[in-house]
Amino acid sequence: MFRHTSLVTAAAALVISACGGASGSAGASPTALSGTINVFAAASLTAAFNALGHSFQQEHGGVTVKFNYAGTPTLVTQIEQGAQADVFASADATNMDKLKGDGFTTGDPKVFAHNVLEIVVAPGNPKNINGLADLAKPGVVYITEAPTVPAGRYSLQALAKAGVRVTPKSLETDVKSVISKIELGEADAGIVYTTDVKAAGSKVAGVPIPDSDNVVATYPVVVVKGAPNAGTAAAFIAYVLSAGGQQTLGTYGFQHA
Amino acid sequence: MRRERAPLAIGALAVAGVLFFLVPLLGLVLRTPWSDAPRALTSPDTLEALRLSLIASLSSTGLSILLGVPLAWVYARIEFPGRNLLRALTTLPMVLPPVVGGIALLLAFGRRGLVGGWLDATFGVTLPFTTLGVVFAETFVAMPFLVLTVEAGLRSMDRRFEHAARTLGAGRWTVLTRVTLPLIAPSLFAGAVLCWARALGEFGATITFAGNFPGVTQTMPLAVYLLLETNPEGSFVLSLILLAVSLLVLVSLRDRWLGSA
Repeated sequence: MFRHTSLVTAAAALVISACGGASGSAGASPTALSGTINVFAAASLTAAFNALGHSFQQEHGGVTVKFNYAGTPTLVTQIEQGAQADVFASADATNMDKLKGDGFTTGDPKVFAHNVLEIVVAPGNPKNINGLADLAKPGVVYITEAPTVPAGRYSLQALAKAGVRVTPKSLETDVKSVISKIELGEADAGIVYTTDVKAAGSKVAGVPIPDSDNVVATYPVVVVKGAPNAGTAAAFIAYVLSAGGQQTLGTYGFQHA
Repeated sequence: MRRERAPLAIGALAVAGVLFFLVPLLGLVLRTPWSDAPRALTSPDTLEALRLSLIASLSSTGLSILLGVPLAWVYARIEFPGRNLLRALTTLPMVLPPVVGGIALLLAFGRRGLVGGWLDATFGVTLPFTTLGVVFAETFVAMPFLVLTVEAGLRSMDRRFEHAARTLGAGRWTVLTRVTLPLIAPSLFAGAVLCWARALGEFGATITFAGNFPGVTQTMPLAVYLLLETNPEGSFVLSLILLAVSLLVLVSLRDRWLGSA
């Protein structure tokens, strides 16, 4: 019990130092952390958080970071139905507010990254798609995410801003499903995050959406109420917000918080 | 007949087994907001998903009967090398995770699939994101239940009726349609109902192969899954509808299938 309390204190110190603009969390007694944390993160964070988890584990020898990636609303449901989660990283404020409103978070969520939308197409852009308006061209199989998923809601907003009316062939449950259907050639175009296009590498290509039509996604993160390992969870969040963490997120295409 | 008493340990474990199934059902029934039920039942989204589910599951049952009964007949009556291996391969979807089945279907019938590419180029037919794709996914997962049930029926039937019909001059086709099929009707019925129930509940292969769009590929299980994230109470109501349909099927089957055993 005493040990647990000291961990929380140490973690709180880390959070404060990170928020104060310190260069990193590495300096603050890394040996104090231990145990396993379960990080529930939006599917679009997969590649970036895998890298963050890896380097966090290297910095803190005794710590194991486990990830559960899914569409953000799925994660909210899982946590509310009693899944053991320490950290929740959401792809929008709406789902975070829901979890907070239902009393499943501790403290205030912190925004750690921004992301924008991009059109994803097959390599070489065979259907010659140059903007949102081209998604409505005849013969183009367009898919997106269900409106329950943040990316799906954002894609509707972007299409509305651009004044484009198009009916998707499918409303996938998360961004990864959209990307894989483009990779497999089942669909010609989809709307996903810039970071997803970057993570998929040469298997897909991206077509930028102009700022005037684009939607900026905000990613907040929080320690889940009743987290089995709250101390390490807070330290992980501090690490994500640190200069080093932000730099890693940047290499995966995320914009600074 | 003397009534048999269960040993204490067996009885206790059996009760635990019963609770394991009943408690989740009870949870669903107790947590369902019954005041919302009429509205959820009659909402256009629910009706659309229900309509699509019925069309797709009945179509896939029809397709399963068309292809599965001849397959079961061949397995039961024709000796050929590799029969057991072939039977194992064609009933694999019973134990395969449905998502894996969906991926396999994409690689076969997708736009760039082994057969799908040819279908697209020759006939302009693409299966993913269509209701026909849903029927394919459901048939892939559900048909093995029909094949195994019908094959068991064919193996256990009294073949002397077929021999008698043959000696009386009936042709092979006449024997099949006038003697064999009527004799295995209970197995065929049971197999078709099992197949239909499995098709009705299909989720993984459908969402992977056919995608998810209301009115086209969004069946009841997909609607339940998506609704759970935004409107959990609504998804409880839909789950109960599926549960009621399945229960109706099992109860009506009990007499015809288990009762005759």
